[in-house]
Amino acid sequence: MTALLEARGLTKLFPVGRGLFGRGGGAVRAVDGISFAIEPGRTLGIVGESGCGKTTTAKLLLKLEEPTAGEILFDGTDVTRLNGDGLHHYRRSIQAVFQDPFASLSPRMRVSAIIAEPLITHERLEGPEVASRVARLLDVVGLPARARDLFPHEFSGGQRQRIAIARALALSPRLVILDEPVSALDVSIRAQILNLLRDLQRDLGLAYLFIAHDLAAVAHMSHTIAVMYLGRIVEMGAAVDVATHPAHPYTQALFAAALPAHPDEARDGIVLMGEVPSPLNPPAGCRFHPRCPQVMPRCSKEEPQLQSAAGVAVACHLYDKP
Amino acid sequence: MTTLLEVSGLSTHYVAARGTRVTRAVEDVSFSLEAGRTLGIVGESGSGKTTLALTLMRLLPPGARIASGSVRFEGEDIFTKSNSEMRAIRGKRMAMILQDPMASLNPLFTVGDQIAETLRAHEQMPRRGAWTRARDLLAAVRIAVPERRVGEYPHEMSGGMRQRVVGAIAISCEPKLLIADEPTTSLDLTIQAQYLQLLREIQRERDLAMIFITHNLGIVAKMCDDVAVMYAGRLVEFGPVRRIFDAPAHPYTRALIESIPRLGDPTARLTAIDGQPPDPAALPPGCAFHPRCPLVVDRCRVEAPPEVRVAVAHHARCWLASERPT
Repeated sequence: MTALLEARGLTKLFPVGRGLFGRGGGAVRAVDGISFAIEPGRTLGIVGESGCGKTTTAKLLLKLEEPTAGEILFDGTDVTRLNGDGLHHYRRSIQAVFQDPFASLSPRMRVSAIIAEPLITHERLEGPEVASRVARLLDVVGLPARARDLFPHEFSGGQRQRIAIARALALSPRLVILDEPVSALDVSIRAQILNLLRDLQRDLGLAYLFIAHDLAAVAHMSHTIAVMYLGRIVEMGAAVDVATHPAHPYTQALFAAALPAHPDEARDGIVLMGEVPSPLNPPAGCRFHPRCPQVMPRCSKEEPQLQSAAGVAVACHLYDKP
Repeated sequence: MTTLLEVSGLSTHYVAARGTRVTRAVEDVSFSLEAGRTLGIVGESGSGKTTLALTLMRLLPPGARIASGSVRFEGEDIFTKSNSEMRAIRGKRMAMILQDPMASLNPLFTVGDQIAETLRAHEQMPRRGAWTRARDLLAAVRIAVPERRVGEYPHEMSGGMRQRVVGAIAISCEPKLLIADEPTTSLDLTIQAQYLQLLREIQRERDLAMIFITHNLGIVAKMCDDVAVMYAGRLVEFGPVRRIFDAPAHPYTRALIESIPRLGDPTARLTAIDGQPPDPAALPPGCAFHPRCPLVVDRCRVEAPPEVRVAVAHHARCWLASERPT
């Protein structure tokens, strides 16, 4: 299958100013040469801890940040060099839903205006047609028609997230970036939103980039999972494989740290020591080596590259072929 | 085994507008906790779990009123204590860990000062002795190079390390009960695993009883012996953790367990709970869960169910719950 979106060697450095004009400082390597592909109608999940670069990746795809190096191909065209009509078209095709539905909706706009705004700015639709599109979108995300005339504060968190989803769908995008879409919601509401997102993907053929802390939710939603550590992808493969037979020592530790769904599953497995080092000055060689339980002498010298092993792509010297 | 904490018929209400508007945040809650055991209190936002914890510590904000019931801690009724007696209990015999360590720590003092403050207040330790003890406590919560860290300020530490400092303050006076309100929500996954393991080791070393207040059933499954499920201010189910996961008696508990995605079972559709948690200031009549309950019968709409014994140490508030063989 041809990819809808493909990232090649995507890199984003944030220079850290030290001295006059910010010269002489280092740079935070937030995303460092990552490559991945998202196929139409499929979900790529990204997992990793704070500072691993998953939100920067989302911002790069949304063109909220410009990459330092690398390219993003959408339908085969490099969007990092787009402008004018091409950029306009790209922005319509890719939309986002963020974590906090209390921050992402304007408190001064009625729901109808929030959902209609992209239709008016991008499609230049007129009154009656806008109204019918808004009504259809509200129906798609499971909100009553009367929601149209209310303000965001009149809704609960789960309903607000439905409004945010309706707005993201207004322009019939082909890829939706979901950055922690259920973390701010009550436990009993999360399943509603996850089910809605899966139904929408099936009915509308949407592709998702799903970013979340909750590993079980990512595994539930994704076809492919990429595991990031300090700006690098350390493992990528089919969701079932990564979740049930993680190959990289970091992935193994991450999934071992996931909370059990039943007391009998409670494992006292590998608990990683130490914390994630600063991305300003990442460790030499493999970035995970200072915390790795299976570290070898070469790990501190040579940085491992992604290679295929055990059905997934993994960046670890344990899987080097002799 | 000795009962450390006994809560019976406890109701805490928030009173506003000169008593005309009453929010029943905690209503008729009873449970007990034995020394050295861990109880998980699970519920969603607005279920009353934090108000319950604040009532146990007698740290309620103005406007809150303990309407009925009693809390006995180490055999003594804490509602009859004076404020100064209560101050001597808090931080010494029962301690608390909150969600955000940056809000619990004072940014203007070193962590050593803040640990020593508790020791000087409760144990009348001299300054130098308290400082040495602070360093030992940092070592006890597995902070590396404690002799250097003890002189640092909170902003010089990572989130995980700050939460360890809060833990060090909590155990500084050897309490019998530790109440942790969402202690790991702000931490990363591998740091959360470290912190939970640390709490468990501390508990084993010091024979500490713990109450975990959380919305996360995973933490309950990992850490707790017993579970109390709260919904709209009421304790709807209470029992041993395995019983609750294997044979939940209340439809809300069952739905919560089924709505969580499981690793290695990605195809199954999640069981969603329709609707949303009720506004605690305007609860529906009868059983508060009835508008969302898949098994609702007519009686649920008018009459609130009493607590029913389902098995040994397992209770539920549901008209459909009845005694079942273990």
